[in-house]
Amino acid sequence: MSFIDTLLQGILLGGLYALFAAGLSLVFGIMRLVNLAHGDLIVLAAFLILLIVSTLGLDPFLAAVVAAPLMFGLGWLLQYYLLNRTLGKDILPPLLVTFGLSIVIQNGLLESFTADSRRISANAMETASVDFGGISAGVMPLVTFVSSVLVIVALNQLIYRTSLGRAFRATSDDVVTATLMGIRPNSIFAIATGTAMMIVTVAALYLGMRANFDPTAGPARLIYAFEAVIIGGLGSLWGTLAGGIILGVAQTVGAAINPEWQILAGHIAFLLVLLFRPRGLFPRAMD
Amino acid sequence: MPSLIETRGLTAFYGDFQALFGVDIRLEPGETIAVIGANGAGKSTLMRSVSGLIVNRHEMILHRGEPIGALAAPDVMRRGIALVPEGRKLFASLTVEENLKVGACGRQGDGPWTLETIYDLFPILKERRRNPATALSGGQQQMVAIGRALMSNPQILLCDEISLGLAPVVIKDIYAAFSKIRATGAAIVIVEQDIAQALKVADRVYCMMEGRITLSGCPRDLDRADIHAAYFGAEPHELH
Repeated sequence: MSFIDTLLQGILLGGLYALFAAGLSLVFGIMRLVNLAHGDLIVLAAFLILLIVSTLGLDPFLAAVVAAPLMFGLGWLLQYYLLNRTLGKDILPPLLVTFGLSIVIQNGLLESFTADSRRISANAMETASVDFGGISAGVMPLVTFVSSVLVIVALNQLIYRTSLGRAFRATSDDVVTATLMGIRPNSIFAIATGTAMMIVTVAALYLGMRANFDPTAGPARLIYAFEAVIIGGLGSLWGTLAGGIILGVAQTVGAAINPEWQILAGHIAFLLVLLFRPRGLFPRAMD
Repeated sequence: MPSLIETRGLTAFYGDFQALFGVDIRLEPGETIAVIGANGAGKSTLMRSVSGLIVNRHEMILHRGEPIGALAAPDVMRRGIALVPEGRKLFASLTVEENLKVGACGRQGDGPWTLETIYDLFPILKERRRNPATALSGGQQQMVAIGRALMSNPQILLCDEISLGLAPVVIKDIYAAFSKIRATGAAIVIVEQDIAQALKVADRVYCMMEGRITLSGCPRDLDRADIHAAYFGAEPHELH
């Protein structure tokens, strides 16, 4: 029974990691851009939600609804005016610029919000749980997991059922030919990063309600997001969910054996996948 | 009345390499012209320049008398100028129908071409509309590429080497579609290495060599020996 319990907690934790990773996966899939500031942007969004909660007195979920369009705008501007300039044949400039951005965001948050560790209060929901025939699951982890599935369903609908999604895929396939279709790649990339920042807002909401965060919490989130994307295989959003779940299960199983092994177990699972399936479990992207 | 498209002393460069040396061509409304020439003559560079893939000096290319030389490809396409690129360049992760729909991204206003009329033009594409575009035969892929360009309802259709690598019977099928495309009033520029094919469909022909126009005129007025000289840069008797 306790093994099933551990497994369930791991799967639910995987939902959070999938949320961290979905935005990263979307941006990489469309423009082959690895955003090293992704984790810091999640933390930035968490501070933004916290700010809205504390100044407007809104419920965290409502605050996230307010924060999402702001984060879309930030992502759009960031991509259109900064990151688009770094894209090209050379893969180094985007890495350097987003690495620098990561430092800028961390220090900006440190100046504005101090180094204190914060939390977004979700009141009764934090401790509520439901019982599945002897196994209890927290409402918060369940809601997180359901949210991650909904986000991935919505993203898949966007990518495979809408004209914007067609433009995303066409631009991802061949930027030059896409321009012949009247598509403006810089705008498409800006919309993609904006969309990723809306997912980041959802991730930030659950990050902030489930655990403490501080201005330096971003890079660790980036690593989990990265590992989930790589385990799942580049370019597949359901693969990213699977990657998040594998990471979550590995961590909770590791923690069940010895609490010191939680983080290590996740990284070992990641390395094992890399060793046996270097392209991840469900790769779609061919390059 | 200005020409639909006119290039004036068009030059184009790839880095330090000059590919076009003062090219002057004209395209009138409803006309089909052919640009012929050997590999490396500059035909594709000319198409890439007109379609905005290569950015030129603004006044070197005129559309209805307005300069468009420095416009980027999405802006050129919004003026009703569509390119069927060399090598087809279909979007590999999209189905046939999605490729066609992407072609309508820059569509301005109404026109004769919709998914239905494209499927009427190339019925095989309707059967295969859910297949990945790259799973089709070369000829069918070329039909998708032409259909995709038509989906924007262009007034000017630029076709770069559409018969390259295709069997003669397939080329015949594809060229059969051009009379229907012309009937909608669109002007067409065909880039061809196949001289006979070009002379058959075009109202006027330009021959290029080493980045220059070496010959132009109506097919019936052109002498084969002149074309040969303009194409290869040598008098026929010198080849023996």
